[in-house]
Amino acid sequence: MNKVAGRPKYLKPNKFHYCAGCGHSIVHRLLMELTEELNIAERLIVVAPAGCAVLAYDYMDVDVVEAAHGRGPAIATGIKRSLPDSVVLNYQGDGDLAAIGTAESVHAAARGENFTTVFINNGIYGMTGGQMAPTTIEGMRATTAPEGRKPEREGYTLDLSSLLAQIPGVVYAERVTVNSPRTIRRAKKALETAIRCQLEGERGLALIEVLSMCPTNWKKTPLEACAWIDEVMSRKFPLGVLVDRRQKISKAGTGNAD
Amino acid sequence: MTKKEKVLLSGNHALGEAAIRAGCRFYFGYPITPQNDVPEYMAANLPKVGGTFIQAESEIASINMVLGASVTGARAMTSSSSPGISLKQEGISFLAGQELPAVIVNIMRGGPGLGNIDGCQGDYFQAVKGGGHGDYHTIVLAPSSVQELVDLTVLAFELADKYRNPVIILGDGQLGQMREPVILPEPVKNLPDKDWALRGARGRPSRFSRSLILNVRAMEEHNWKLQRKYREIEANEVRFEGYLLDDAEMVVLAFGTAARITKGAIKRVRKEGLKVGLFRPITLWPFPHKAVRELAGQTREFLVFELNAGQMVEDVRLSLEGRGEVFFYGRPGGVIPTPMDVATIIGSRYYQRIKRRAR
Repeated sequence: MNKVAGRPKYLKPNKFHYCAGCGHSIVHRLLMELTEELNIAERLIVVAPAGCAVLAYDYMDVDVVEAAHGRGPAIATGIKRSLPDSVVLNYQGDGDLAAIGTAESVHAAARGENFTTVFINNGIYGMTGGQMAPTTIEGMRATTAPEGRKPEREGYTLDLSSLLAQIPGVVYAERVTVNSPRTIRRAKKALETAIRCQLEGERGLALIEVLSMCPTNWKKTPLEACAWIDEVMSRKFPLGVLVDRRQKISKAGTGNAD
Repeated sequence: MTKKEKVLLSGNHALGEAAIRAGCRFYFGYPITPQNDVPEYMAANLPKVGGTFIQAESEIASINMVLGASVTGARAMTSSSSPGISLKQEGISFLAGQELPAVIVNIMRGGPGLGNIDGCQGDYFQAVKGGGHGDYHTIVLAPSSVQELVDLTVLAFELADKYRNPVIILGDGQLGQMREPVILPEPVKNLPDKDWALRGARGRPSRFSRSLILNVRAMEEHNWKLQRKYREIEANEVRFEGYLLDDAEMVVLAFGTAARITKGAIKRVRKEGLKVGLFRPITLWPFPHKAVRELAGQTREFLVFELNAGQMVEDVRLSLEGRGEVFFYGRPGGVIPTPMDVATIIGSRYYQRIKRRAR
């Protein structure tokens, strides 16, 4: 009998601390599936962010270093420059990447650092309990935007990935989501494309933004949260390839054409 | 540059060359006066030995790039001056918490705020009392000549690796900018093996490096582990210099550039027959508490001179535990007094306290 499903080899047998319906556990699983499929476990170093994914080393059975809030791209730079043959995965949330770590995000992109950033965008500060994020959708409530985000009061929703995609140092950027089996498969393809940029000698930063559910802080059921991504969030943050500057790979058939 | 041959170098260039010879292959920094010649030197010379120089977007990014290179086991350094060092404190706390080696150079300038670009010692508290958040210590080395800056730079990398702890070299604008003949060290050949480094889990179980420990008992245990390490450093790594102490009836305590000025001052007052010596802490943390306390067996007259409004003087008082009279002379804000100025202060204090008593 062929085994068609199972726990990925590099996903530690620990129970996720993530809330029911959270996107992090899905993305962790995808990354560890790819670690096995691409045979990179022995040269992979993950940079975990301050935020809900800070405990990534509890789940990912590969070398992991924790970053101060927002500093992941700087740490990933130091690692990748020291070990050019390693595969460096820099995992960040929205507050991390697009608020406190904006400078690090922009300048790692400007330098064209050769690592992969996985950007979990759930439009809210999850770990600290639902405060407003730079990516909080206008009108959405947060504990620090109790009446709902109003641009004239709390400012506009920030789409940093689209700004980063303008920078020549970004070799590949795509926005995906993980709210259904179909979108999860697409997300896995995108993550593979981004990691392959490192494996195949592409020059520059590869960025995958994942629109991710946070039912707890969105005050929704997991199913409502999945639906909200389709109905609201992906309209503000449209899915798809933001930029593709890969030189070495034939682009046909490698993107998410479906 | 052959062995034992003296070369004329500025403090900042000597620091860069010494770091490269100590095996530093990663330098990350951001421009700030009066230490710009350090990143410039590293930009020109690190690539020649296969190293990496990055002018980072900020001080915060540069200290975290240091952390990234360090966690892979490489020798890495950053340098800055006072306001920039304030920005690096978050990263220094993380380095201490994650027990990662790093060398951080502070070529101090006048403050607070932007202050000025002259030599100053206003960052003593920041360097020796922690600096960033949390219960930690950095080893702090205070050179007072370009040659000593070279020697302590090599030592800084050794101590950082030995104790897996950030080491701060606390210089100032005067030291960074002045040129002196120095003997450079031979390049370090064998770097220590680091069995904790993250280089990919090849042929071993996976590892992680973290500072978040949510379990309070585990966090407490980690703190005690750090404290045991600090006690070990205090027991093994105290360094200081005594100058003309044997017959001294008054001891001047000073570090770095202030100590150098003091030496000149003491030479002058000695010519007039005043029995004054210098005690110069080289490690500001660990502070030479025991050696200072022992001086109280010889005299009760102490004078602390600093290029600030009085910071190390607190550690001197703590060391003496009331066993002596401590007089403080300080010049904050970037003023560098001459040996003559300091000789006048020493002389006047000496006549008030010792000659008067003798009469």
